[in-house]
Amino acid sequence: MSDRPSPDEGLSPAELAAKYGLAVSGARPGLGEYIAQLWGRRHFILAFSQAKLTAQYSQAKLGQLWQVATPLLNALVYFLIFGLILKADRGMGREVYIPFLVTGVFVFTFTQSSVMAGVRAVSGNLGLVRALHFPRASLPISFSLQQLQQLLFSMIVLFTVAVAFGSYPRLSWLLILPILALQFLFNTGLAMIMARMGSKTPDLAQLMPFVMRTWMYASGVMFSIPVMLAEHPEWIGDVLQWNPAAIYMDLMRFALIDGYGSENLPPHVWAVAGGWAALVALGGFVYFWKAEERYGRG
Amino acid sequence: MAEARIPTVIADELHIVYRVNGAKTGRGSATAALSRILKRGSDDSARGVRKVHAVRGVSFTAYRGEAIGLIGSNGSGKSTLLRAIAGLLPAESGKVYTDGQPSLLGVNAALMNDLTGERNVILGGLAMGMSREQIKERYQGIVDFSGINEKGDFITLPMRTYSSGMAARLRFSIAAAKDHDVLMIDEALATGDRKFQKRSEARIRELRKEAGTVFLVSHNNKSIRDTCDRVLWLERGELRMDGRTEDVLKEYEKFTGK
Repeated sequence: MSDRPSPDEGLSPAELAAKYGLAVSGARPGLGEYIAQLWGRRHFILAFSQAKLTAQYSQAKLGQLWQVATPLLNALVYFLIFGLILKADRGMGREVYIPFLVTGVFVFTFTQSSVMAGVRAVSGNLGLVRALHFPRASLPISFSLQQLQQLLFSMIVLFTVAVAFGSYPRLSWLLILPILALQFLFNTGLAMIMARMGSKTPDLAQLMPFVMRTWMYASGVMFSIPVMLAEHPEWIGDVLQWNPAAIYMDLMRFALIDGYGSENLPPHVWAVAGGWAALVALGGFVYFWKAEERYGRG
Repeated sequence: MAEARIPTVIADELHIVYRVNGAKTGRGSATAALSRILKRGSDDSARGVRKVHAVRGVSFTAYRGEAIGLIGSNGSGKSTLLRAIAGLLPAESGKVYTDGQPSLLGVNAALMNDLTGERNVILGGLAMGMSREQIKERYQGIVDFSGINEKGDFITLPMRTYSSGMAARLRFSIAAAKDHDVLMIDEALATGDRKFQKRSEARIRELRKEAGTVFLVSHNNKSIRDTCDRVLWLERGELRMDGRTEDVLKEYEKFTGK
């Protein structure tokens, strides 16, 4: 097409771009604009998470019934092993221990599956990342949202278990909402951190199950940390109790179970719960955004 | 003659490199992987990361109102170049400047086989950045265009039950439902039966009118002739020729021995 004279002859590509107001393709937007873009995609984020959730069981004959049946079976297995065979209750009494155990399992699973989904959020969706434009943070957020919806199904089981063991609905059950909100923020932040790390090093998907299992056993999912570590130096128990997974679990138990009073909670528990959520959510978001233009490189 | 030509896409010495983990020696053994990790600090080739230099220093300027065809043999970097223009693949060096947001015609990756066609239309539309109202407005148009419901109520069945042709038609219909500033089409014309191909060609022409600039990747010289007025010929990641459709295609056909 060089047969036509052009007034732009002799301009370098960069100068030409500047003259007509062209922008660099695929450049990272500023943080404010990024948040605005993300907000604009909120319907996609929600629809994507719901689609993933539905697709999960769409081939099964019982279909969406598995949303409830899976956590129920999970709780049953833990009860069988830790409640009946190992008797890890340590004098807690069955009517406290069973809901204690089930709450622990569900609350921890929420964080665990958010982390695992986060690791693969970008690396497992390269096709999507390379085909369409959207703020990439949509992916980890959407996956965390999927886990939140999954947890809401588990809550049906959890309420049933609580009632079956004599903890009836009372005012403190309302605390579940802020607890879930804080944990969701924490999980999303963590998922974004894992998503960036996993996009660079997909090997994390192999490694994380072991990290998560260690974390689970260290967070007192099936035992009470202060009781279990009574003979050890106090600081070990303190450290374990202040870890975010233990904090959210303990808060949820406190809200839900009749015989699990505030004496089981570490001091300043709400401040710690909020602090973890704010720190990880904000930190994770900025950390993820910093690499926005690099996701999708093969 | 001297009408102001407004550039919409400028590529400046663009290089794209893919990195493939652990493909260097062809041995995927554990020791090889370990030594790769241990040699982390050193350069990529020592760590067994193989580089694939897919696009090598391509420069061109596209103007408003142009329809540009991209040709070249398989693996010459056509699709990679499109993705880089869309800002979906980070450049190794060089830059792409664009006016507005170029978009790739294709939503395949956002769709889920286990969901009904109906939900996929909504999901695909949202993934492309349409609003819920826009989707609602165009929903019927998308379904009618795909012709999915011509043989019964298929849109409410999961996509995995569709024949490959039906699925491809629905995907194209969803992708083509949005208006674009700079539109890039990657061999989308080859889907579906003859009747559907006719319909999609017409739709492409429509999109071309609405869009500022259109890029079309195709191995079908006829569809390039029909739709494009300028052609870029890529070979081994390098821009071999850039010019009027007829001139470039003549050379290309000589090259491929047709």
